Amino acid sequence: MAIRERALLGVLILATSMAVVTTIGIVAAILVESLRFFSIIDPSSFFFGTLWSPQIAIREDQAGAAGSFGFIPLLVGTLLITLISLAVAVPMGLAIAVYLSEFASSRTRGQIKPILEILAGIPTIVYGFFALVTLSPILRDLGAELGVEVAGESALAAGLVMGMMLIPFIASLSEDALFAVPDSLRHGAIGLGSTQLEATARVIIPASLPGIAAGILLASSRAIGETMIVVMAAGIAAHLTINPLEAVTTVTVQIVTLLIGDQEFDDPKTLAAFALGLSLFALTLVLNIIALHIVKRYRQSYE
Amino acid sequence: MSTHLQKRYRRQRWFVAVSRVTILLALLFLVGLIVSIVGRGWSGFFRGEVQITVALPETVLENSGKVRASVYKKLIHKALLTDFEQHGITDAGSLENIIGFQGALKLRQLVRKDPDSIGRTITTWLPAGKFADGYLKGDLSTQTLVELQVEPDLIRYFEILDRSNKGRMVFNWSFFTLGDSSQPDTAGIGGALAGSFYMLLLTFVLSFPTAILAAVYLELFAPKNRWFDLVEININNLAAVPSIIFGLLGLAVFINLMGVPRSTPLVGGMVLALMTLPTIVISARAAIKAVPETLLAGAMSLGATRMQGVFHHVLPAAMPGVLTGTIIGMAQALGETAPLILIGMVAFIHHIPAGPMEAATALPVQIYLWADNPLRGFAERSAAAIMVLLAFLMIMNISAVLLRKKLEVKW
Amino acid sequence: MVTIETRDASASARAETIISAQKVNVYYGDFQALKEVSIDIRPRQVTALIGPSGCGKSTFLRCLNRMNDLILNCRVVGKLLLNGEDIHRPGFDVVDLRTHVGMVFQKPNPFPKSIYDNVAYGPRIHKMANGRSELDGMVESSLRRAGLWDEVKDKLAGLGTELSGGQQQRLCIARAIAVEPKIILMDEPCSALDPVATGRIEELIFELRRDYTIVLVTHSMQQAARTSQRTAFFHLGELLEVGDTNDIFTKPRHERTEAYITGRYG
Repeated sequence: MAIRERALLGVLILATSMAVVTTIGIVAAILVESLRFFSIIDPSSFFFGTLWSPQIAIREDQAGAAGSFGFIPLLVGTLLITLISLAVAVPMGLAIAVYLSEFASSRTRGQIKPILEILAGIPTIVYGFFALVTLSPILRDLGAELGVEVAGESALAAGLVMGMMLIPFIASLSEDALFAVPDSLRHGAIGLGSTQLEATARVIIPASLPGIAAGILLASSRAIGETMIVVMAAGIAAHLTINPLEAVTTVTVQIVTLLIGDQEFDDPKTLAAFALGLSLFALTLVLNIIALHIVKRYRQSYE
Repeated sequence: MSTHLQKRYRRQRWFVAVSRVTILLALLFLVGLIVSIVGRGWSGFFRGEVQITVALPETVLENSGKVRASVYKKLIHKALLTDFEQHGITDAGSLENIIGFQGALKLRQLVRKDPDSIGRTITTWLPAGKFADGYLKGDLSTQTLVELQVEPDLIRYFEILDRSNKGRMVFNWSFFTLGDSSQPDTAGIGGALAGSFYMLLLTFVLSFPTAILAAVYLELFAPKNRWFDLVEININNLAAVPSIIFGLLGLAVFINLMGVPRSTPLVGGMVLALMTLPTIVISARAAIKAVPETLLAGAMSLGATRMQGVFHHVLPAAMPGVLTGTIIGMAQALGETAPLILIGMVAFIHHIPAGPMEAATALPVQIYLWADNPLRGFAERSAAAIMVLLAFLMIMNISAVLLRKKLEVKW
Repeated sequence: MVTIETRDASASARAETIISAQKVNVYYGDFQALKEVSIDIRPRQVTALIGPSGCGKSTFLRCLNRMNDLILNCRVVGKLLLNGEDIHRPGFDVVDLRTHVGMVFQKPNPFPKSIYDNVAYGPRIHKMANGRSELDGMVESSLRRAGLWDEVKDKLAGLGTELSGGQQQRLCIARAIAVEPKIILMDEPCSALDPVATGRIEELIFELRRDYTIVLVTHSMQQAARTSQRTAFFHLGELLEVGDTNDIFTKPRHERTEAYITGRYG
């Protein structure tokens, strides 16, 4: 019996280690291929280069020499779209969370939460389709009406739709944070003659700010790593611009573009995707770790 | 009431109004999304059919097993021309617009099934060609046809078909059974559905037991020390890693290093399993945590080992929560696209895969491919495929909710 | 607007009444928590509400600034007159009410802000101060009155939540005073504090009664005896007895009151 139990415990440990092995696998895979990339392409020209044009490198006779792998335009494009999406999702998500948690009756809450859950359950490919076939043409026509030129694949369209995708995410994380604030603080503020809004804005939101901030960080990490919306609605060509009406490209779009055909593992084009993956992983990991750390400490502080 | 207090109340009313408008906007967006997709996609589920009376002369159809579809097309077009004479139609342009290649294939199929019909004249319904299909489904109005500079005689003929009840709209079952195609009217999601099915099956088989065992270990056996704090942080972070990174992992490790065949549901299922693993672990841990400790203590007081107590009592009690989390994880996996693109599931595959080792595509990837296809008609297919995807997700989520309600034990 | 019951209240008694409860009933769903409670509370006195737990004393206290509004399914029937005005009549403004009727809670609940911001919270939302220096003055005088100034004057920017339990409760009293209420409701303000801190709060209550009407819910008979002028004894949702504290503690009229204060149950 004891042997069987021991064997079973071994199986449990093995299963648990899968999660660790996965992380190690991810880090090792992208690190190894990235190092191979950086042995061909100078890291400083990657991280500080302002021109992204990997196509040239496929010419056989100058495989290592040519092709421009400047990361900056991709980073700027990614951050631009992320910022647009946060500009939509943070105020809207927060307003919904505050309304549901502090103002709405439980009946209203019961009616509205399913809507948010539906929005949260829609795959991003569907949002991407909507951005591509519905929102982009609308924005272009609207721009034409107003006399502004909006690119067919604009940062704005991708950012707006991504913002919509993030609303339920931010709303639900913020609501959790607001929920964690003890009622004694609400009563304290109300007891001093605050209106509901004053109690919320001056006491409850400040008290839940760490949780809300963590939610926003997690949302940014999601926006940065989101792929399908930008693949369908943002551009492929890398323009270094912060004009939301122009087409920009993102880190994830370029990973997809570089890897969609046949992949040769000695081609800097293929390897560049892993260098991009490494940057993406590092960026989102930092955001996630900070956010999850805040969430954990914040939860403890009210327990 | 003082004016200052009135101002404070006004501010509050403002906020409430603004948040209600925000909620309304979110709702409006959801409605817009659905309307835009259903409005575009519904016609993908239907196709037009034209009734035709066609002669099947023995002279051409001898040896019917080997006769090519183009021969049938000629017969159909001859029949159409006969019909034209009756209605005084002279110039209707390309007859493909009324009954095309699909119609010829269907006719050939009918004749092969019933060889006795050779030598006779039969009346049957055949799939409509491009413009006729659009007209019969209401996608193309007379006015749009005029704008598209279609021959006036053709439009007149469509109206005649309509009036004499020789045109109809039927449910397009072949949308579910056909594989991908370079032409929208013969493109179906059959291959993508099969691919997604094999992949989800693999994802489930690989991730579900692993996740449960890991959750059991972490919740009930793992020592509480820094090392396991790290494992916990690792799992939480893994759940937040962008999905595309998992695609890179699959490409570099599974395909390049381990030699798992590219584009197959096998490699897709492996990647999605790793991706879903942390999600299921987290929800399974929560479900196990919700089971009161007294249950395990009770089992052990009766002489059960800790392991027996856990597997006989705690885990079954936690199962509803675990299953709910698993279904939600599976739903996420079903909608996942980006990592599958990287592992080659974007290849054009016409045939329907018969197993997880054959190259295949998946439903969301098929949506992506069609949405990107500039050919007229593919966006509609893409929207129709989205409707199917959303229907599956809805079924999964509703069953998760029902499961939770039905099996939930209140402690 | 102003409704004054003249039937059984003489003119002089009216002048001495700041709060008058008349046949107040409170229901939580189907459960009746208060039955026909009638009591007059006099200005600039400490009125102690005592009784065994679950007797309705806290429920009654929460009626006085309508904190019961925050509880789902809570219904109040009867008349509660504040300076002759029924605070439960439709259209009566609760926010305004709560600025006049402050409250100190069972567990100290300072906001997770600086000590200064905790005290300045009320004056700020009610726009009571013109300019920073006036606000500084209000904060200082409130903290002084709450007997906390000397302990915190050097760390006004420090978090209120980092003070000791007794200091937190005095901060909450200072926070309530800063709004300049006429009445302060205290709901077992010392139940979470150690005996030394309790002693300081009791001294404070004793001093504050010169400027404020205080209604104090307490578990401790000694506290009621030490700090209050009038005592009301609640039992199972009913007000059994109300009178001068001395009288209640020396010659209670009701046998249950006697049983309670002599410690036979409670």
